[in-house]
Amino acid sequence: MSLSESLVVARRLTKKFGDFAAVDAVDFDIRPGEAFGFLGPNGAGKTSTMKMIGAVSPITAGTLSVFGLNPEVDGPEIRSRLGVVPQQDNLDEEIPVDENLLIYGRYFGMSRAELWPRIDELLEFAELTGRRKDKVAALSGGMKRRLTIARALINEPDLLLLDEPTTGLDPQARHLLWDRLYRLKRQGVTLIITTHFMDEAEQLCDRLVVMDKGKIVAEGSPRALIEQYVTREVIEVRFPVGVQETVVDQMEGIAKRVEVLPDRVLLYSDNGESTMQEVHGRGLEPESMLDRRSTLEDVFLRLTGRTLID
Amino acid sequence: MAGVETLRVMETQGRAYRRIWRGSVITTFLNPVMYLAAMGVGLGVLVDDGTGAEALEGFEYLTYLAPGLLAASTMMTGAGDGAWPVMAGIKWQRHYEAILATPVNVRDLVSGHLLWVSVRLLMVSVIFGFVMILFGATGVVQAIAAVIPAMLTGMAFAGPVTAFTSWTEDHTGLTNLFRFGLVPMFLFSGTFFPITQLPGWMQPLAYLTPLWHGVEMTRSWSLGLEPTFSPVVHFGYLALLIVGGWLASQHFLGKRMIT
Repeated sequence: MSLSESLVVARRLTKKFGDFAAVDAVDFDIRPGEAFGFLGPNGAGKTSTMKMIGAVSPITAGTLSVFGLNPEVDGPEIRSRLGVVPQQDNLDEEIPVDENLLIYGRYFGMSRAELWPRIDELLEFAELTGRRKDKVAALSGGMKRRLTIARALINEPDLLLLDEPTTGLDPQARHLLWDRLYRLKRQGVTLIITTHFMDEAEQLCDRLVVMDKGKIVAEGSPRALIEQYVTREVIEVRFPVGVQETVVDQMEGIAKRVEVLPDRVLLYSDNGESTMQEVHGRGLEPESMLDRRSTLEDVFLRLTGRTLID
Repeated sequence: MAGVETLRVMETQGRAYRRIWRGSVITTFLNPVMYLAAMGVGLGVLVDDGTGAEALEGFEYLTYLAPGLLAASTMMTGAGDGAWPVMAGIKWQRHYEAILATPVNVRDLVSGHLLWVSVRLLMVSVIFGFVMILFGATGVVQAIAAVIPAMLTGMAFAGPVTAFTSWTEDHTGLTNLFRFGLVPMFLFSGTFFPITQLPGWMQPLAYLTPLWHGVEMTRSWSLGLEPTFSPVVHFGYLALLIVGGWLASQHFLGKRMIT
């Protein structure tokens, strides 16, 4: 696919706050119809990147084009084609659910006649039809999140920006939200998602970049990243409190890679079974051993030496 | 193009206001009723029986007080609307962030907000004028004449206070503004008595307060009094604050929101 067909093109894109580079010369292309993720810990530069794409934060250096337009000069036109779901809900809590959507649609210049049927549709989509006359303040966290997403869809955006869409939600609410995002994706809406949840990235993203300290440290599909950077399986070994330090030396060379975390040791192996046997073979007696598939978390740990959420 | 977005912001603020209009109108009505009853009628009788009439240029205290109180009310409304809803939009509910993610930009947001405040000030002035007439403090024509200077007074506060709110961190700044700025102004800017009654050293200070200029013109237009300075000076000062507040609000809100 040629660059001109990409919805978003960033080249050496940089955002500085004083001397601090929140985003440090990153390159990426986002294509129509894909779900693209920015994965990284807090402070990696994900939100700053999102705000520049959303044409609400001027870029410091490099180039950025959104829909082939320049956010610096074509901000209103870009924003008219975007849907934005911010990290923190920013609904108008004093007014009812449906009026939040109505008012928001008016900012895009939509008429009431076109808005009301659209609102019915979106409330249905967000499973909020029964709550349409309630004040937003009375909604649960998951409902507010769904309403924020519904609001972002009011103008039928070509591109939906979701900044940590499920942070703070319980597992049930997260799964419902993922389902809705998956439906949007199938309808052809391009999604850009930031997250520090690797399971979210794995569930939703066709392609993602891993960010750390303002830089992109890896790029690819979740599967490709796992294949490239880590083994198929990981053994998590836990020892009783205080024991790990004394036995860590004995684990050297036991697997392709050994990662020592404060509370556990990770053994990266293509054959979990035999690695577990080898642990016992060396006379080690861990409190527990868990054989699991590698995830993006392991990729991140491999690339940065840190876990995603500390 | 920018004009359309400004009107949309104004419209949506009005729509949100519809949720609370009953309570708001009742307060807007009851406040002048209470003040005019207590100060104008209750206290006024004592003033009129005493040596007051001379200092009040021959007017009954109720008549003298009413336009001053009207200007002070629009000040409070303008300042209040520049403070609490703006801080809610920036910080407490953050819906300004949501608005700025649409084609609306900071200038549209500020302009639409201030235009909406001017509608609110019109409502306040009209209701107040109605109460003035009800109390027999003034005639219909005088009440209508007071509306424009009263609205300008309110706007001279709405703009600068919106700018201040965009700049200040949180509600502490706002409560301090009201405590140390607006309440003293309310009391010492000619609302309740002519500033010639103030100690000599305080009078120049009163000249600096926007409220005094608003009170002068509101009183002038409704009672036919000659204002202290030329209307150009009084209105000019208010206009400067309105335009300055509008520009400063854009500057500070932009700095706060577009990072």
